[in-house]
Amino acid sequence: MTYIAKPKFAHPSLQPNAVGYTRRDYEGRVSTLCAGCGHDSISAAIVQACFELDLEPHRLAKLSGIGCSSKTPDYFLGASHGFNTVHGRMPSVLTGANLANRSLVYLGVSGDGDSASIGLGQFAHSIRRGVNMTYIVENNGVYGLTKGQFSATSDKGSKSKKGVVNHDSAIDMVSLALQLGATFVARSFSGDKTQLVPLIKAALRHKGAAFIDTISPCIAFNNHAGSTKSFDWVREHNEAVNRLDVMIGRSPITAEYSEGSTIQVEQHDGTVLTLRKLAADYDPTDRVRAMGFLQERAAAGEVVTGLLYVDPEAEDLHDALGTTSTPLNELNTADLTPGSAALSDINASLR
Amino acid sequence: MPITATNDFVVKFANVNGSGSASANGLFVKSILRSGVPVAARNIFPSNIQGLPTWYEVRVSGEGWMGRRGGVDLMVAMNPQTWDKDVAEIEPGGYLFYDSTRPMPPERFRNDITVIGAPLQRLCNMAYSDPRQRQLFKNIIYIGVLTYLLGIDNAVIETLLAEQFANKPKLIPANIEAFHIGIDYARENLKPLGLQVKTANGVGNRIFIEGNNAAALGAVYGGATVCAWYPITPSTSLAEGFTDWCGKLRMDKDTGEAKFAIVQAEDEIASIGMVVGAGWNGARAFTCTSGPGISLMQEFIGLSYFAEIPAVIFDVQRGGPSTGMPTRTQQSDILSAAYASHGDTKHVLLMPRDPGECFEFGALAFDLADRLQTTIFVMLDLDMGMNEWLTEPFQWDDAKQLDRGKVMTARMLEDGVNFGRYLDVDGDGVPYRTYPGIHPSKGAYFTRGTSRDRYARYSEEGAVYVDNMERLLKKFETAKGLVPAPIEQKASKPTRFGVIHYGSTGPAMDEAMATLEAKGLYVDALRVRAFPFPGEVFEFIDRHDLVFVIEQNRDAQLRTLLMAEGGVDPARLVKILHYEGAPITARFITKEISAQMGAPVSPSSEMAK
Repeated sequence: MTYIAKPKFAHPSLQPNAVGYTRRDYEGRVSTLCAGCGHDSISAAIVQACFELDLEPHRLAKLSGIGCSSKTPDYFLGASHGFNTVHGRMPSVLTGANLANRSLVYLGVSGDGDSASIGLGQFAHSIRRGVNMTYIVENNGVYGLTKGQFSATSDKGSKSKKGVVNHDSAIDMVSLALQLGATFVARSFSGDKTQLVPLIKAALRHKGAAFIDTISPCIAFNNHAGSTKSFDWVREHNEAVNRLDVMIGRSPITAEYSEGSTIQVEQHDGTVLTLRKLAADYDPTDRVRAMGFLQERAAAGEVVTGLLYVDPEAEDLHDALGTTSTPLNELNTADLTPGSAALSDINASLR
Repeated sequence: MPITATNDFVVKFANVNGSGSASANGLFVKSILRSGVPVAARNIFPSNIQGLPTWYEVRVSGEGWMGRRGGVDLMVAMNPQTWDKDVAEIEPGGYLFYDSTRPMPPERFRNDITVIGAPLQRLCNMAYSDPRQRQLFKNIIYIGVLTYLLGIDNAVIETLLAEQFANKPKLIPANIEAFHIGIDYARENLKPLGLQVKTANGVGNRIFIEGNNAAALGAVYGGATVCAWYPITPSTSLAEGFTDWCGKLRMDKDTGEAKFAIVQAEDEIASIGMVVGAGWNGARAFTCTSGPGISLMQEFIGLSYFAEIPAVIFDVQRGGPSTGMPTRTQQSDILSAAYASHGDTKHVLLMPRDPGECFEFGALAFDLADRLQTTIFVMLDLDMGMNEWLTEPFQWDDAKQLDRGKVMTARMLEDGVNFGRYLDVDGDGVPYRTYPGIHPSKGAYFTRGTSRDRYARYSEEGAVYVDNMERLLKKFETAKGLVPAPIEQKASKPTRFGVIHYGSTGPAMDEAMATLEAKGLYVDALRVRAFPFPGEVFEFIDRHDLVFVIEQNRDAQLRTLLMAEGGVDPARLVKILHYEGAPITARFITKEISAQMGAPVSPSSEMAK
């Protein structure tokens, strides 16, 4: 029922944020996903993150591919322009949109079928180009809309609902993103909103390619015993390396941390990321060690979550291209068309 | 009898790819142009970097015929691999020029041609010890010999050499010296040929440029800011040309920042994806590709059509299907572009004839894409795209503003204008759109490739879907009035025969028409410049009993389009098809039409040799 907008009434006690919007203003249409779907929790986390970041809804563009996860942009940020593109090709469309107007915030939402199979190439190349975006994969290890086929992130040896054992190796998108040069890499779980919301906030404020792999159990086709993407499995094997608090600008730091228990990272725009260490020696600014740690824990059957890597001084595609600070879509005839005098010089040079 | 001709002959250079012949041959052509004599030059090259045969065909035409004529009057045979075929191609009475350092057995020549040998390799080995110099200067030496044989002014070549090496002045004397080795040898040992270049005034202020480079410049003038592309012959030089022009014309003088973004994508799908993303977000964006790229882009082209997102694709056509003949020319993407994508779609095609129209349509395409909110194809081909053609100087009207089409502004939204993304408010099938981020509470919508209603809300209701599809047809009707109209060239006497042609066939057709008239055969010619076909195209067909449709593909694709879109009786549209990969010639068209007009009953035509 995506054509039915949620009614616009709201509880009078709803508090507006610093830019005058209530949490309600960040919501979208009624979800058509199954009751209990992990994806709806992620949509709620996006809503909360944008509200808490005081982001004006219309200054964000949300893009997706095709699949259950890719339907979700209709269910959050109803005042933002959205683009449900074609299967596996959200990254290229987002790249083009970002080139056209660098002043907006770009959120790409995709699934494991969309990004690890048909769209693996576009995922890889958008990451390695450093497109300034937040790229969330809602990872349930299964094709939901077509009713339960394995996806490329299904673990080898895991069982489908029908009892088939997956014999193909899994693609670990977090490891890929690290290897491809993503400058912000996180993994989280749709069932752990307190972990997920700060990660989305930090990613939205990150300059460069920010990737969040969010394990999001499929209640209909992949939440059974033998699945490694079920609520129970992920809860049992979740190994969080850190807990994140995001401070915007000069907000006073209210939480108290004991000496040596945190790492602070200041991003390009002044956002301070405070990470409470859970794994004693985990350093999220060391890409090489992060990759090693992930492999080691994966071999032990654990699902590592948290902010896994961040390069706070990252550059993006526009930096590489030296693009003008004015959004390209605002340039006018005088900016773009060299005129007849320049053309006669060109003509003269071609004789 | 040896052929005698002044400013009217064909020279063909047979070379080995990667031997440095291209710049020497280019020098030869420029020297004739600078002598005021029109030239049409075409590279015929393999998909290869080094070692395979390559040819350069130079048509010298004082009368200004710029198509391929057919036949060769002087063969410059520098490639032993292709010797026999090259010798066989020379017209009776023609000339063969070769490197006589190693003697050739008499049976490898012909009796009915004039053979001119010069020991190029020996001359080179005597003058140079470095192997690379021996190779490169050999090319300049043969230019020296040809200059003498054809009566070209030495000073013109010397001036061109000085211009060519203006940035490396040390190389100028060395090149001039090599040039004179050739001239001196020729003066002492050879006689001028019956083929002569005589200084004239036939070039005027025309310019000499490749269609790809012209289209790239058109994209700059048309306001393109985003280019996403993937390397593929023969379109690569269009993206590279755009890069060069932007570097010269689009850098902010104060800040040094780029007023453009060019991305070499990972494939053609990503290229068109980026174009669609940028177009959705209000930038003018394009990609350039060839047939295989069009095949890969189909799904996105359908999205652009259905979600109504501006995009421009320059399709520099080559020989298909599959990998086909990547370095040969064809017009064989007409149907796959016109109806690209699954489902019911139709797309606007612009069909330039030469670099002049590549520039003009290259700019126009962006206005049309914004005005019609859909993909606009500019259908070049390898012949016009990768060869330098003599063309009228580019023109630009400084009063012209870029037409961004129907874009609803924040002000309009604020004023309460009713916004429905797919609402046909003006009756032309073209709705208004908004750019993302323009208004805090109004104008946002969800773009999708799924069916939706006039307010962009998802719907699978039959009536809603049909309403939208019919509006898209109406929009296509609107396009007929916006695309370049066809151009008719009437015969000098009334005739019931017509010809329809398009694209790079134009120059050869002009010449064929004159040749046919000289034989007393009259045809009116209509050059189609766009799809959808404006009404004049079908009026033209109605005015003639029989219309020859000349194309450079096997399946008569434009003819199919004429039948499908205009309901034309197939019997009245006679196919004339040339698709062997080399550009169509005036002689071929003349021969085919002559045969058909002698016995105009058979609706088919065979390929000429």
